[in-house]
Amino acid sequence: MTEPLILDGLTVHAGGKTLLAGVSTTLAPGEFTAVVGPNGAGKSTLLRALAGIVPAQGSMRLGDTDLRALRSIERARRIAWLPQSHELAWDMRVADMVALGRFAYGATPGRLGAADRAAVAQAMETAGCTALADRSVTSLSGGEQALACLARVLAADTPVLLADEPAAALDPANQYRALETLTDLARSGRTVVAVLHDLSLVAQFADAILWLGRGRLVAHGPATRNAFAHHVPALFGREPAFAEDGSNALYFRRA
Amino acid sequence: MTTRVNLVLPALLLLAALLALTVGPDGVSLGLLADAFAGADPAASIILLDIRLPRIIAAALVGAALGLCGAALQALTRNPLAEPGILGVSAAATLGATLTLYFGLAAVLSWALPLGAIGGALLVTALLASAAVRTQGMASLILIGVGLSSLCGAVMALILNFAPNPFSLSDLINWTLGSVANRSLADVATTAPLILIGCALLASQRANLSLLSLGEAAAVAHGLDARRTRIAVIAGTGIATGAAVALAGAVGFVGIVAPHLVRPWTRHDPGRTLLPSAWLGALLLVLADLLVRLLPTQNELRLGVVAALAGAPIFTMIVLRRGRTGHD
Repeated sequence: MTEPLILDGLTVHAGGKTLLAGVSTTLAPGEFTAVVGPNGAGKSTLLRALAGIVPAQGSMRLGDTDLRALRSIERARRIAWLPQSHELAWDMRVADMVALGRFAYGATPGRLGAADRAAVAQAMETAGCTALADRSVTSLSGGEQALACLARVLAADTPVLLADEPAAALDPANQYRALETLTDLARSGRTVVAVLHDLSLVAQFADAILWLGRGRLVAHGPATRNAFAHHVPALFGREPAFAEDGSNALYFRRA
Repeated sequence: MTTRVNLVLPALLLLAALLALTVGPDGVSLGLLADAFAGADPAASIILLDIRLPRIIAAALVGAALGLCGAALQALTRNPLAEPGILGVSAAATLGATLTLYFGLAAVLSWALPLGAIGGALLVTALLASAAVRTQGMASLILIGVGLSSLCGAVMALILNFAPNPFSLSDLINWTLGSVANRSLADVATTAPLILIGCALLASQRANLSLLSLGEAAAVAHGLDARRTRIAVIAGTGIATGAAVALAGAVGFVGIVAPHLVRPWTRHDPGRTLLPSAWLGALLLVLADLLVRLLPTQNELRLGVVAALAGAPIFTMIVLRRGRTGHD
């Protein structure tokens, strides 16, 4: 669980457009990296390419393992992806949906081994949705669905976790809970990469920031006040204001 | 609960099959069953083994194939209204079968008709699967299916129009109505292996179809080989539906009704819905065929007609309920 995720010239083309152009960097294990950039910068595309959902050129390695050479099931044991929106088609029970996270280990909701059952229970506990276990997924609110889907991704128990706007559908309490969970996972040695739009959350939780603009990597470095002061105006066209307590907490003033 | 439904439904199917064996205009008592099977009573033996048994097996096989295909197509397209009949797969299989009848191939080669039916079914299933990737909406996919079904119907009408004589016309119309009457054990033996191969292919996709309930992107991220799954479901549906149509002609709505009815007992898990849908599809068609035999009509009602009369209102009910609640 301590191998770095190394990207070299990662490029994604779709529909005649270049969505991601030659991203090269190394994502360290044990760090919570936020992917930040304006709409259309290629943030979600980066995560989808890493998760093997969209075809990409260039190299992606986890330590010495070439991720592109792996079968989909082997890759899924190393990288989990939490999507931005949740397409839950049937009235499945939450516990069964979370159990789908164990697919890469040969488990199905109707056939779970002891290790799978323990992983599902632990994931639901960590995501804070144990009480929802017997509810049907389509009866959940958007926030509850987000927590249940987070649990499913956690059940996959992977060294790398990619989350596309994990706080988007959540109320403030659950936003902090979800991001604290992701931070704890990073502290346990995992590589956690999350697309986040709320820069105040980025400032509080991220160890490092991958700044993206128009499909290109603008910078990748620690989440310092200087980094915000430099990249936020350049990428978003607005000057951030910082809290006076010396922390990274930042906000925007209306024009 | 899923285990229980997989025990109860086969038991009910067995009971229904016994009932269908023993009930009819020339009733055969349970006591005579053993004699008939032993060949001790030639009359009972003919009624049971040559007339009733083949049609019971045919109805069960066709029902199981359609129930399973419906459940698998619904899981693949993530759409509870997907079914071989509504999506035009059965119509394409019927067209493939009638083409072999029209050109006389079926009379020369015993495998021509099943192959024609399977070819038609595979073609339309592949078209639908590629459309399902491009269209997210449930309505568009159903409309594409309706369009393909209409196209097959139009070509069928053209063939009927050019039928060389009344006998050919009657033969051709048989495929459009759907029936298991007058099927021999040899007919069943020709198509049964194909139906079983198609069903086995679909059943092997159980875990993959459960995972697809998350949407294709999330399923791929969890390790699904989406392309292989799609190909297996297309091939399985094409082979099973094509062979079922070759055996019984077009029988609609079983594929939508069976999965819908079993879902509450399978926790709405698409993978766990497959097998019970096959059992229930078989049970429904064995009972429907028994009804067809017992109804005192001048001409025997066709199985496909009864299935449509019973299935269409249930289809409408599902659409109305989805409109109100937003899900199945």
